[in-house]
Amino acid sequence: MSNPQQLRYSKEHEWLTAAEDGVSTVGITEFAANALGDVVYVQLPGVGDTVTAGDTCGELESTKSVSDLYSPVTGEVTEINQDAVDDPSLVNSAPFAGGWLFKVRVSEEPKDLLTADEYAEFSGN
Amino acid sequence: MNSAPSSTPRLTALDAVHRALGATMTDFAGWDMPLRYGSERDEHLAVRTRAGLFDLSHMGEITVTGPKAADLLDHALVGNIGAVAVGRARYTMICQEDGGILDDLIVYRLGEDEYMIVANASNAQTVLDALTTRASGFDAEVRDDRDAYALLAVQGPESPGILRSLTDADLDGLKYYAGLPGTVAGVPALIARTGYTGEDGFELFVDPAHAEALWQALTEAGAAVGLVPCGLSCRDTLRLEAGMPLYGNELSTALTPFDAGLGRVVKFDKTSNGGDFVGRKALEAAAERAAAAPPRKLVGLVAEGRRVPRAGYAVVAGGQVVGEVTSGAPSPTLGKPIAIAYVDASLAEPGTAGVGVDIRGSHEPYEVVALPFYKRQK
Repeated sequence: MSNPQQLRYSKEHEWLTAAEDGVSTVGITEFAANALGDVVYVQLPGVGDTVTAGDTCGELESTKSVSDLYSPVTGEVTEINQDAVDDPSLVNSAPFAGGWLFKVRVSEEPKDLLTADEYAEFSGN
Repeated sequence: MNSAPSSTPRLTALDAVHRALGATMTDFAGWDMPLRYGSERDEHLAVRTRAGLFDLSHMGEITVTGPKAADLLDHALVGNIGAVAVGRARYTMICQEDGGILDDLIVYRLGEDEYMIVANASNAQTVLDALTTRASGFDAEVRDDRDAYALLAVQGPESPGILRSLTDADLDGLKYYAGLPGTVAGVPALIARTGYTGEDGFELFVDPAHAEALWQALTEAGAAVGLVPCGLSCRDTLRLEAGMPLYGNELSTALTPFDAGLGRVVKFDKTSNGGDFVGRKALEAAAERAAAAPPRKLVGLVAEGRRVPRAGYAVVAGGQVVGEVTSGAPSPTLGKPIAIAYVDASLAEPGTAGVGVDIRGSHEPYEVVALPFYKRQK
């Protein structure tokens, strides 16, 4: 398992891209996707919703469990990944690519986001 | 993502195999067991269409022997155990004096005076203690054989072919719910045609020292027909589709077999012990209650949407709570979320309209169906 170097990570196992024109993309890590098992249902925030760093903004349901989705940053949701809603297995098969979850216009970032190496140490992967 | 590691989980004889296969392990009733090896959906579908190999060594085996073994079991269990033919098996239950279910069991009659009982891992000690207590006054011995057996299961339509390539035992003569001693891949085994998946399949009880060799032999013999190792996660969705109850979900000490819709396992017409058995009085009363005023019934629910009902969620109709989900999961075979639930008898009829499940505050529509959700073509 390798965590892309260019991303930053939350302790709730979300990843975040560097902002482009103020907008970052959010997903969950491969470690999290593996821990969940087969994801079968993805509930995401709505476009235009304000999400808050560390607060729940959706749900990820797998065969055996349901987990809250947390936002790693504060801001306004500009886009959601309808492909992942329609085919939740993308979260398992391509967590860092086609299985991304939503895009957010970042207004505030917490100080404790992790680098890839820090996240690898944190998650033991 | 929480995991709660227990202090010192027990390991099965196949533990090194599971780790070599990269299994995701989970604590189950004090045992460290494989949850899945890859995708639980793929494992599930392999059992439905090809074959799956399970390590079930956490199950609790108890041997009962002696001239009065049959009488003891007729006294201790709700089934008519003395009437089970040698070589056959029976699904039954052990109840408390008040009729509450202590566990559901499979009893194999291995000889005239010898039975093997398989209890759920979480209840094995309770069952052992109850049988030991209830054996008082009977010329029979109750033996804890939990450490004497590893249990491997091969389940799925390809399982007869796989086993046939490894044994001379008469598999064609081995009916569903029967067991015979034999040799599989050179390993002495009790070969039983039982399982918990809704498919044809076999359970192999062997000396733990032989478990790894047997696992490897089955893996090799099954490779060409697509056999894959399978974990507890798909075992649960397989049994759920097959409408089979799980102790702790559908069954508990708070319910009698009649409240669970399984009153047929209780046999009041036993001939041994003057017809008496532990729980008889309470169960007679429960049978009368169930006939007069039907209790909540166990039904199937199929989702119209994609949200998954979980054990403990309320079943609702007209804004009222009318039942409770006991097991729920996305069904790989149906492609929709399904659940087993206890619902008020008036709403239990298949096709009843207006039934939903409260999924974290939102009432999602569900269709009431008869169990099982899935039945294999014979």
